[in-house]
Amino acid sequence: MQQFLEALFLQAGYNAALVAIGAALLGFAAGSSGTFLFLRKRALVSDAVAHATLPGIAIAFMVMVAFGGDGRNLAGLLAGSALTAWAGLLIIEWIPRRTRLAEDAAIGAVLGVSFGIGVVLLTVVQTMSAGRQAGLESFLLGSTAGMLFQDAVIISIGGSLAVFCTWLMRRPMTLVAFDSTYAAAMGYNVRRIDLLMMGLVLAVTVIGLKLVGLILIVAMLIIPAVTARFWTERAQHVIWIAGGIGAASGYLGAVLSASAPGLPTGPIIVLMAAGFFVFSLFFAPVRGVLSSVIRHRRFQVRVHRRQGLLALAAQHPIREPYTLRLLAQEGLVRPDGVPTDAGRAQAAKIARDERRWDIAREIHQDAGLTGRYDGLTPIEDVFTADEIAEFDLRLGSPVSVRGA
Amino acid sequence: MTKLQQPAMAAEDGRATRPAAVPAEAPLAVRGLTVSYGEKPAVFSVDATFPARAMSAIIGPNGAGKSTLLKASLGVIPRLSGEVFIFGQPITKARNRIAYVPQRASVDWDFPTTVIDVVQMGLYRKVGLLGRLSGQMTIRALDCLGRVGMADFAHRQIGQLSGGQQQRVFLARALAQDADLYLLDEPFAGVDAATERAIIDVLKLLKSEGKAVVAVHHDLSTVRDYFDHVFLINVRPIAEGPVSSAFTTANLQAAYGGRLAATHLDELAMVEGR
Repeated sequence: MQQFLEALFLQAGYNAALVAIGAALLGFAAGSSGTFLFLRKRALVSDAVAHATLPGIAIAFMVMVAFGGDGRNLAGLLAGSALTAWAGLLIIEWIPRRTRLAEDAAIGAVLGVSFGIGVVLLTVVQTMSAGRQAGLESFLLGSTAGMLFQDAVIISIGGSLAVFCTWLMRRPMTLVAFDSTYAAAMGYNVRRIDLLMMGLVLAVTVIGLKLVGLILIVAMLIIPAVTARFWTERAQHVIWIAGGIGAASGYLGAVLSASAPGLPTGPIIVLMAAGFFVFSLFFAPVRGVLSSVIRHRRFQVRVHRRQGLLALAAQHPIREPYTLRLLAQEGLVRPDGVPTDAGRAQAAKIARDERRWDIAREIHQDAGLTGRYDGLTPIEDVFTADEIAEFDLRLGSPVSVRGA
Repeated sequence: MTKLQQPAMAAEDGRATRPAAVPAEAPLAVRGLTVSYGEKPAVFSVDATFPARAMSAIIGPNGAGKSTLLKASLGVIPRLSGEVFIFGQPITKARNRIAYVPQRASVDWDFPTTVIDVVQMGLYRKVGLLGRLSGQMTIRALDCLGRVGMADFAHRQIGQLSGGQQQRVFLARALAQDADLYLLDEPFAGVDAATERAIIDVLKLLKSEGKAVVAVHHDLSTVRDYFDHVFLINVRPIAEGPVSSAFTTANLQAAYGGRLAATHLDELAMVEGR
């Protein structure tokens, strides 16, 4: 626990602090730039792109060793991974455009094939005697051991650039994600915007390889956006909330893995993000499961109450036990189904509301107002007092009719 | 794809049966337009001229290439051959004079955005990448919503709207562009009667302001009431001209073939005899 608190406040040593800050920055960049991938319904593209980095890592290693350099030079490895990831991205974009295959087939093909090639090349690298090859596997699941200051610098510069581009292009990317036909009609180059969006994701993937690893980076790109969607109805807010969730997951994950040696950083970060997701799934105010259950329940109560009162007004017996229980709870009927005085008053009120609606629909044939009749909404919520007075005039009161 | 060509040159590729010259004031004119999905032409060698200060309908059976004609005119889908002129200019030079209303069903209405956000999309080009959506822009967007009777819905999530309301929002977005030519893809498909009236009122107002409206239209019974000009198409062009002379039973029969139900024809005959 003490270790955890120390790590939380960046007191657990230089390396742990570096990792925590780096992971938070990466999380923010991944969350915000992954938002548009999610909104464009192309979440899985990022998975294929991430897997397509592996051959590049291995090839870059071999090339650097062949030229007598240090095979583990990070800049070189990342450049190599970006190259093959970009190739994979272009193939995914090209296949559905030029063949009858759908995008999901292209994603599957690129993901599987490139990962296969990558693993084979990694095996070749293992058998090379030169170049201290140990450590390349850490790109699969990420590692914080031996994270250097320069790694943190790469993450912060690359991440900031990705966030800046996301901010700059937020309107065209929103437009393309929502309505690409309209975007094209306005003269936006949809294909270029899509490539840019996926290019941003690629950049974040590459800079996050060392920390989170290529297998799990997809989670950092997608989960924050999906989670943020629970909390807002506006795309421009999804971006920043997703960034915040990504940053929090990155930071907490790194802290947790620093406080318990042996815990892999990447998976812990992803589990943190998953925690935010599960919490939002159940407890988000409007879109959450709990909220929609409550909403449905309330609606059900309204329906039963209204039906029950209308039955009372028409002096029909109430047969449904649930309705009866509901009205009894409110003191509107006795347990045997006989209405109380309060019940009779309420029933009369509801019946009058129904009759007013009938008149309203007669008078306002086409107005949008009568479209709001759903059998539940009280007429006072829709029409003004003087309008209702007008309906009542038409309705006449039953007493005066009898008197006449 | 198509290099800038003067209208006069387009006229030379000799389309004998039709007037090929492009009047410079025509809001939308296409010449020899062919669009194909795979190797099946959806629109084949179409010439059409839509007049200024008028409401024009594009009419034809399902799969006749009506929407395709519209999208190809906008450059949304590539054309195999032919040319498009917007006020006598290629589309790239006249982009800001056109507003487009796509089919309602073409987007995901659960997208995280509000009504006012959607209308402001019509202003994105004007605002640019770095510009702020100023208060003035918001007022303009609200004004456009007011014109379609949706001002009270500005902050609703778009998923809560009815079909007719969705269509009105799309129209408001096009109004925000403040264009001279409005292209609409089935604006009346699946909307309620009140919305249909609200939309037609807005379109007629646009016409009276001197704008041109071109709409893909399905409901043959309302063509005479709503439109001034028709273009009938069934992959190939069938007929075009003022409603009074081109919207005839013979032309409809030619466009729809056997697909025009007899009941429909009776209905039209009644309208014609009126």
